[in-house]
Formats: sequence, structure tokens, C-alpha cells
Amino acid sequence: MRRRHRAAAPILVLLTLALIGVLYAAVGSAASAQASNEGATTNAELIKQGQQLFAEGCSSCHGLGAQGGPEAPTLVGVGSAAVDFQISTGRMPLAAPNAQAPQKKVIYTDEETAAIAAFVASLAPGPQIPTDEEINYEDADLVEGGELFRTNCSQCHNFTGAGGALSNGAYAPDLRDATPRQIYEAMLTGPENMPVFSNETLTPENKQAIIKYIQNMDEQASYGGWAIGSLGPVNEGAFIWIIGIGLLIGAAVWIGARVR
Amino acid sequence: MSVMNKLGHQAEFLDDRLTVANWGKRNLRKVFPEHWTFMFGEMALYSFIIVLLSGIYLTLWFKPSMTEVVYNGTYTPLNGIEMSEAYKSTLDISFDVRGGLLMRQVHHWGAMLFIASMTIHMMRVFFTGAFRKPREINWTIGVLLLTMGFVEGFAGYSLPDDLLSGTGLRIAEGIMLSIPVVGTYISFFAFGGEFPGDEFISRLYGIHILLIPGIILGLITAHMLIVWYQKHTQYPGKGKTNDNVVGYPFMPVYMAKAGGFFFIVFGITVFLSGVATINPIWAYGPYVPDQITAGSQPDWYMGWLEGALRAMPNWETTLWGHTISWNVLIPGAVVLGVIINLMLIYPWLEAKVTGDKREHHLLDRPRNAPTRTGIGVMSLTFYMMLLIGGGNDIIASQFNLSINAITWAIRIGIFILPPISFVITKRICLSLQRRDRDKLLHGRETGSIMRLPEGAFVEVHAPLSDNEKAVILSKTDITPLPWPEKVDENGVKDPQYKKDHRWARLSHWFFSDNVPKPTAAELAEAEAHIRHSAAEGAPVIAHREQLEPEGGVLHDPSAVEAEKEPVTK
Repeated sequence: MRRRHRAAAPILVLLTLALIGVLYAAVGSAASAQASNEGATTNAELIKQGQQLFAEGCSSCHGLGAQGGPEAPTLVGVGSAAVDFQISTGRMPLAAPNAQAPQKKVIYTDEETAAIAAFVASLAPGPQIPTDEEINYEDADLVEGGELFRTNCSQCHNFTGAGGALSNGAYAPDLRDATPRQIYEAMLTGPENMPVFSNETLTPENKQAIIKYIQNMDEQASYGGWAIGSLGPVNEGAFIWIIGIGLLIGAAVWIGARVR
Repeated sequence: MSVMNKLGHQAEFLDDRLTVANWGKRNLRKVFPEHWTFMFGEMALYSFIIVLLSGIYLTLWFKPSMTEVVYNGTYTPLNGIEMSEAYKSTLDISFDVRGGLLMRQVHHWGAMLFIASMTIHMMRVFFTGAFRKPREINWTIGVLLLTMGFVEGFAGYSLPDDLLSGTGLRIAEGIMLSIPVVGTYISFFAFGGEFPGDEFISRLYGIHILLIPGIILGLITAHMLIVWYQKHTQYPGKGKTNDNVVGYPFMPVYMAKAGGFFFIVFGITVFLSGVATINPIWAYGPYVPDQITAGSQPDWYMGWLEGALRAMPNWETTLWGHTISWNVLIPGAVVLGVIINLMLIYPWLEAKVTGDKREHHLLDRPRNAPTRTGIGVMSLTFYMMLLIGGGNDIIASQFNLSINAITWAIRIGIFILPPISFVITKRICLSLQRRDRDKLLHGRETGSIMRLPEGAFVEVHAPLSDNEKAVILSKTDITPLPWPEKVDENGVKDPQYKKDHRWARLSHWFFSDNVPKPTAAELAEAEAHIRHSAAEGAPVIAHREQLEPEGGVLHDPSAVEAEKEPVTK
């Protein structure tokens, strides 16, 4: 039996390593090349598709170039975050001009929304849709979120995020159905009457903390029983008059009824 | 047998030393009238007892201190936050004390029930005229109890030092400050310096657990002793007069009913507290003067004052460099003061206008005092407008309305709706009076139509039951105050003329449009007429009874009721 060359094993190892290296480089660069290539083409395509959708669904108010009109603001420079927020919550397109855009059924798919957002973002730089990493609130500080929420949010949105009234029919909406992305985008872009909380005012960490607090309020147990809408003493008053006094009067009638 | 003997010995022992047998017998057998609306006061009393008991439990753990501490406890979303000891101990009661949260909720729901029960009790007393002579003093005590309830409740929900407490106290401070000249001094005195200071919670605590409960207990004792001494009023009915009390003895009937009702009220309060959240202080967070939440409202009984504050336009006057804040002073202090005072003096005011100096133990039917009933509904309308205004933001956000539109509706409605509701109520009362008169003169409509031999159709009328007749005839027609003479027969001018004339005018207004009770002659004539109609229609009725036996539409519960003899004392 012929004995293998002494150097066979090391050479084999080297060859294997080389092969792996070459393969890795080839596949890696191919992937990144593909990605950049795809990004370039798709982004252009996306913008084009977005422009098409914009012309169909948005331009009647916002203008073909998103420059705005007598009834609608310019969208140049609002960024993709604003577009994603407005469309993904169903606020846009607007059914009728009113005190405030209400939340409705969402009519665009995620891809269409992304396309319109890309188109609007291509007009001028503005706040971008937050990445999954940016809205990841897992490690955020819940307690700090509570402090920030009570200082910045509860004055309009109520202490549990149940929402509240603003002037002339406007309102701060219920936050309990909003997704983390929407909450983040709302803080970033300040839709309707909401002030803008830029990343200088509330850092991404602050925003994540607030999101965590809101999500936690929604998830945590209702310790005292039914929360009666979490709207505060008005509902408690209605409850005690309707249910409490109702039950007591029922009992009084029962006891006070003459024995026949 | 031996047990009875032993009890007898005990009783003898007591009687020999305290001579209580007669007194006890008399009081244990005291007769009270029966009606479910007479239990509203009991509801208030029992919920007060429940609040007292649950309050004692809470005092074991609550720390009335504004010392800043750092929370590190069971409710993690607040871990590491600085807060007052008062707030921290309330969190501990809610999350770490066994049964603490339930007791807190029993205490708070019970307090709301206490004041709500007092409110409906007061409404019953007002609309039935139970406050009339000789019970004016007891009415006054009742109004004071209600006012004390407001104060006690406000103090109570201010103690936990959560965000809502602090917001309420801030408003209280604003109202103090709005008082001209002395406002600042009062505020600095109350808070021991600038708001919020570090004294107020401990001061309020003494007021909440000692001073006001003491006053309330004293007033309740007086209230009930007077009820006992003056005897309870009763609704009109067969055999019930101004000089008797028809009902059941205290022992055993009311002892059992009242005892049972206490446990029912207790049960309902604990049930509500077990299933429904009230004042989730952990969600509000500790009070920090720069934080606020939407939906900051007081408890419902303070809601009307909140409404007044929210509806008031932003009026201010600057005099010699000092600002007079009408926008806070009027709704915060003046409205409350005027209304409580009007309530306190109402019995005397009405007596002065009606000139009615007699004693009343038989209650008025609301329709028989149309002006009073109108005033009552008018006041309730006014109150409801303010109460709705107090929750304007919640109403706006829940019903998609404009908060500004609601505020304006309240501002206008508060002047327009009460008079309208007065007129409507008075008209309804007068219509009911006319209907009563009609019933007396023509009997009860049976709904059976009879064809007469000559072809005419008539409805068969049946005589009223004795009880119904007694109820309708309980109405007392009072003649308004006489118009004063400007100059008497000797030609001397009456110096009181103008004043007397004004009272007489009020009196005529009070009794205007009264539908007088039929006279005895009219009644006698009507009696014969109704009897004739009934006799004539008897076959028709009998025929229909046959077609539609008892339980059908012809079954008249009032007739059955009349057959039952009430127990007379």
C-alpha cells in the first residue's frame, strides 16, 4: 500500500481553508453586490411605483409633486416616517376634511405604503421609518419610560394612554392599539396636533422606554378589577350611579315591598 | 324555659337599677311607615359605617407624610422613583398588604355610595315636602351632612398624593388664592408656605380621619334622634292621617329589615370593590407639579364645581395692581356658597312664601306642590348641566364632539334649560292634578265601552278604591298670602306694605294655577254619578272578567291593595 506524502494533510487543510476563503469571498461579495444592485434598481423602481400610487391616491390634495395645496400641507421633507405613520394607521388617504384625520381601515398594502414612503422620502430628506433595531424596546428602561410618559404624554393621551380631548373637536388618540413603530413615528414626526419629539428632545432610548411603558400598561393585569375604560373619575361616577345606586335601590324595593 | 327565666332575671336586674323597661318597650315597639324610598337614608348610614370600618383598616398602614422616599416594591414600573411616603404607603396598601387593595376600593366606592345615597335621600325629602314644619332643622342637618360629605371625600382622595390628588389640591389652592385680599394668606396658612409644601398631607389626615368624621357622626346622631323623636313621615293612603303613623313596629320588623339591609349594602359595596377598579393610583404615578394627565377630574360629587370652573369665561379685573380672578372666584367659591346657603334656608323660605305654619306628617305628592317640584327639577337641571360640563373632555373624546361646543352648550344651557324644565315640570304636575280631580269626579275609566239602548256609546266608570281616594284627597289647598292693604281703615299707611306686597306676590306665584280639590258637595254628587255608571256597566264588566280572568289587563292591583288592612299603631 502506497504511503501518502508527508505534506498531504497540511496541504489538504490549506487547500480546504483556501477554498472556504474563496467561496466565502465569492458568495459574500456576490450577496452584497446583489444586495446593492437590487437596492439600486428596487429603490428606483419603488420610488417610481410610489410616484404612481401617489399620483392616484394622494395628489388630488397634496399635488402631483407633493408640494401641497389649499387643503393639504406640502409633503416635501416630511420623510418616510410620516408617510408610514399616516398610511399604516389608516389616517391617510383622508375621507373628508375634518377637525382631525380619524383612524380608518388601512387601504394600502405594506409594499404600497413602503413605495409611497420611498417616493416622498426621495423628494427631500426627512425622518426615516425607524428600523426594527430602533424600535426594539426589549432592553429599555420601563421606569424611565413611565416618568417620560407622565411628563410628556399623559397630559393629552391620559394616564393609561386611553386618549383625551383637544380643542375644537381634535383629540389625542388611544395609544393602546398603536404598534411600537407607529408610536415611534408619531413621536418623530408629530402628526396632527402632536408636537415633534425629535431625537434631540427624546433620544431613541427615551422613545423605546416610552414604548415599553405603553406596551406594559396594555399588558399588565388590571389589578383592581374592571378598569371601566381607564378614563378616570368620570366613568367611576357613572358606574357608581348606574350600577351601585341601581343595585341598592333594587335591594331597597325588594326589602320595602309589602308582604302580600 | 330556663333560658327565658334567665333572660327575665337579666331584664329585671337592669330594670331594677335603670328603670328601662317602660322606655325600652315604648321604643322597641315604635312604629315606622313602610316604603322603599324611606330606605335611602339607611343606605347612606350603612355606607358611612362601611367607609368608617374600611377606613380604620387603612389607617393601620397609611403614612400621612410628605417625606421623600424612594420606592422599591412590588409594583416594578415605579421602582426607584422618588415619591412621598403617603404615596408609597398607598402603593404598599394596594400591592403588599393583604386585602389592602380591596379595602381601599371598599373605602372609595363606599364613600361614593355614601354621598350618592345622601343625594337621592335629599331628593326624596325635597320632592315629598318632608322638610316642612316640624322637620326644618333636620333638613338643615342633612344639608350640612351632605356638605361635610363633599369635604370629607375631597380630603380622602387628596391623601394618597398621587397625580390626581395633587391636581385636585392645586385647584383647591387656586380657589383659595382667588379670594380677594386674604387669598394668599389663606393658601400660605393652609399649605405652610408655597404649594405643595411638605405639611399639607399630615394636616389633611387629621381632618380626614378625626375632625370631619367626628362632625359627621355627631350630625348623624342628631339627625336620627330627631327622626326618632319626631316620628317618620308617611305617604298618604287609607287610614293615614297627619296624626298617626301607620306601619310596622321597630322590633322585630324593622330591626330585621334594617339589619338585613345593612348586610345587603355591605355585600353590594364589597362586590363592586371586588370587580371594579377605583382610583388606580399606581397608574397615575406620584404627584409631581409639572405632570398632568388628561381626564383629571374630581370624584363625581365635586364634578359640578369642576363643571362650573370649566364653563366660566376667563374674566379678570385688575384693581390697584391686584388681580381679581372672577373666573375662579365665582365658580369655585361663590356658586358653592350661594347654593349651599339656599339649600340650608329653603324650608323657611318656602314656609314664608306659603304662609303655611301647620305641622306636616303626611307627605306631599310632588304633583300637589307644582312650584316646589318645578324648583327641584330646575335645580337638578342646573346641577346636571354643571356635572356634564365637569366631564366635558371625556364626553368630547368618547362621543366625537368638540369640547368647545360642549362648553358653549353648558354656558348657554345653564341659563336657558333650568327655566324651561321648571315650566315643563309645573305643567306636568298641574295636568296630573287635573287628572286626579277628574278621577274623583268621574271615577276610574274601566276601558269597557257600553252601548246604550238608544245607540250611544259610553265608557263604564268604576268607583275609585278607598286607598286611591285617600291618596288623592290628601292634597291640601292653601290660599296664598293675602294682598296687604296700603292704608288701613283708620287711614294709617302700612310701613310694611312694600315688603308684604312682595311676599304676597311670591306666594301667589307659588300657588298659581293650582287645581283645587273638589268640594264636599261636588264629591257627593260625583259619588252618586259614578255609582250609577258602575251599576249600569256592571254586566259589561262581568262579561269581560269572564273573557279575561284575573291576570289580564282588567286586573286592578290598586283594588286588591285596598282590601288589605294596614297595621295601625
